[in-house]
Amino acid sequence: MTQQQLGSFPGGLKLPGHKKRSTQLPIRRMPISKRLVLPLQQHIGEAAVPIVEVGEKVLKGQRIARAEGHVSVCLHAPTSGVIKAIADHQVPHPSGLTAPCVMIETDGEDRWIERNPVPDFRSLSSHEIRQRVREAGIVGLGGAGFPSFIKLNPGVRHHVETLLINGAECEPYITCDDMIMRERAAGIIEGIEIMMFALRAKECVIAIEDNKPESISAMRFALTANKALSETTRIVIIPTKYPTGGEKQLIQVITGKEVPSKGLPIDIGIVCHNPGTAYAVGRAIRHGEPLLSRIVTVTGTDVTHAGNFETLFGTPIRELLEFCETKRQPDEPFIMGGPMMGYNLSGDDLPITKTSNCILAGVDEVAIASQPLPCIRCGECAVACPASLLPQQLYWYSRSKEFDKTEEYNLFDCIECGCCDYVCPSKIPLVSYFRFAKTEIMNQERERRKSDIARERHENRLARQERERVEKEERQKQRKAALAASKAAQKKAENTEAESTTEAAAVKEDN
Amino acid sequence: MLTAILALTLLALIFGLLLGYASVKFKVEGDPIVEQIDKLLPQTQCGQCSYAGCRPYAEAIAAGEADINRCPPGGEATILALADLLDVEPKPLDEEVGTEKPKMLAVIDEDRCIGCTLCIQACPVDAILGAAKHMHTVIADECTGCELCIAPCPVDCIDMVRTTPNPTTWRWPDPEHITLQEKIEEEQA
Ligand code: SF4
Ligand code: SF4
Ligand code: SF4
Ligand code: SF4
Repeated sequence: MTQQQLGSFPGGLKLPGHKKRSTQLPIRRMPISKRLVLPLQQHIGEAAVPIVEVGEKVLKGQRIARAEGHVSVCLHAPTSGVIKAIADHQVPHPSGLTAPCVMIETDGEDRWIERNPVPDFRSLSSHEIRQRVREAGIVGLGGAGFPSFIKLNPGVRHHVETLLINGAECEPYITCDDMIMRERAAGIIEGIEIMMFALRAKECVIAIEDNKPESISAMRFALTANKALSETTRIVIIPTKYPTGGEKQLIQVITGKEVPSKGLPIDIGIVCHNPGTAYAVGRAIRHGEPLLSRIVTVTGTDVTHAGNFETLFGTPIRELLEFCETKRQPDEPFIMGGPMMGYNLSGDDLPITKTSNCILAGVDEVAIASQPLPCIRCGECAVACPASLLPQQLYWYSRSKEFDKTEEYNLFDCIECGCCDYVCPSKIPLVSYFRFAKTEIMNQERERRKSDIARERHENRLARQERERVEKEERQKQRKAALAASKAAQKKAENTEAESTTEAAAVKEDN
Repeated sequence: MLTAILALTLLALIFGLLLGYASVKFKVEGDPIVEQIDKLLPQTQCGQCSYAGCRPYAEAIAAGEADINRCPPGGEATILALADLLDVEPKPLDEEVGTEKPKMLAVIDEDRCIGCTLCIQACPVDAILGAAKHMHTVIADECTGCELCIAPCPVDCIDMVRTTPNPTTWRWPDPEHITLQEKIEEEQA
């Protein structure tokens, strides 16, 4: 293993970590809640489709919803119990809206369904591994929730040089990746081995920020235990800087290469996964366990006993907060995620989902919500931006709704890291504008597709009406012609009759 | 009877072919600018612009007969897009034609519907399903919210409801943007 020169990305911030608070105790298991609420969509892509009925008994690990379409994964019962309802329920989403969920009343027995472990993953094909990962409901546990099986496909056009394990965890307060690397390093290594095999990757880099010495030594120790893997895998210690955990930023640090705008890491031969995801892949293949729980950091100034908790999906966030004892009042908002990229949620009945990495109640430096001042064009935001964007331009165009301009300025490369907000002397909520502009643009695209369909339907209708009109006219013409013909025939008949009578008369006269 | 059916089928076939031939033979080259304008209009086909639908309005704009600020369903976004396309100054929505409203969706109270089919005849995008004397329903995905089915209904059983977003279609709120008026002023200043 040669120590390679590290690259870097522009901008970024040195932020106080506030991580000690939640790393004092080992990961604890959250008690099973009486009632679990499982949104059918906990991942990016199509929502899963329920395959159970209300009143049905389910076992731990039993599939309760199947994947629909390609970009989708299955959902399982996190423990044994009875399906109580399949209905809309408030979900942990910034909108505060409801979405279809499966409600389970747990029986406390935690009885497993029969598992199907594969001790030797090499007996499986790459495709079979992906299918199992999909069946196990695994999504990226870093926060975005993209179905992991898709990112285990080496593809035809590309080939994967490097599997990059993103152990940066750069955002303040969050420590769930740190804790899983400290305590379950061997399991993560197991998962990495399977991922390497499925991807046919040449090498693996495990990147960890230098503020996590415990994780670094635990991972090192686990890696040396696996002789074969340690030949192709190295642990790279990277400087602590926000937002190194951004996928494109981390790739820049590790390889010095830039992922092209609108491109994907795979375009330059890299696939990036979170350590928690690697652990889940190991459990799914070698132990036959689907994804039923995750590690959630509960922390913040209002939390008395902060820490990390292995929590079943569907567990009410309120129970987690109560378990840790908080000063928080019922229904007071809290942050889902970290202080930089998270969003406010309120509602005591919200469940933990596959993407809930951190519950934050109370932050140290409270940004005093002041009236934003006009932009003075100081350019600080552009200096801080890790994606080399021009936030002040993006702000101007988002604000005046010139969305095509925002796209010209690469709005969709913005990772919503909040660095620009943080440094802006005018306290302009820049990211709010960018989030607004992004969803607005996506909505316009949806509307455009819809209006294209409406135009087509309208044109079809006009064409049909025209056709009906022509047909009707034609029928009328036909009828008229037929009428005329029959009239003519009648006349003719009358005439011939008349003729014959006159003829007859003539004959008579002749006689 | 059989001959009648045969005759009609034959007729339909002949005219279908004839129409098809005519449409190929006498194809009017679509006016590209009308196409482009029409693409930016919301296709609600509501007629609030005082034209018979989006395409006629697009034709009127292209002919220089109509201003670009007459489409309430499209609102500001459409005006900005049209201004951009035609390289003219944007201007606020003409008050004469109405105001920009949130998107709506027609819902038929199926208990009260008498199955008269009048709404089907009114719907410009064939978004209503139902046979005579049977209750009708609106295909939510296809309804453009044009409100044209409301007036014809003799028992008043169609309501316009606001479309509710789900977490995927939800949009982040606008933190505070400048209105078109302010923007025009700011640019002139
Ligand atoms: S940091 Fe704030 S004030 Fe300075 S240029 Fe950026 S948006 Fe304007
Ligand atoms: S939020 Fe977007 S624009 Fe602001 S610094 Fe981060 S990437 Fe750049
Ligand atoms: S007002 Fe707008 S949506 Fe309605 S018909 Fe006219 S152009 Fe189409
Ligand atoms: S159902 Fe009514 S409101 Fe909807 S598109 Fe048809 S006529 Fe318009």
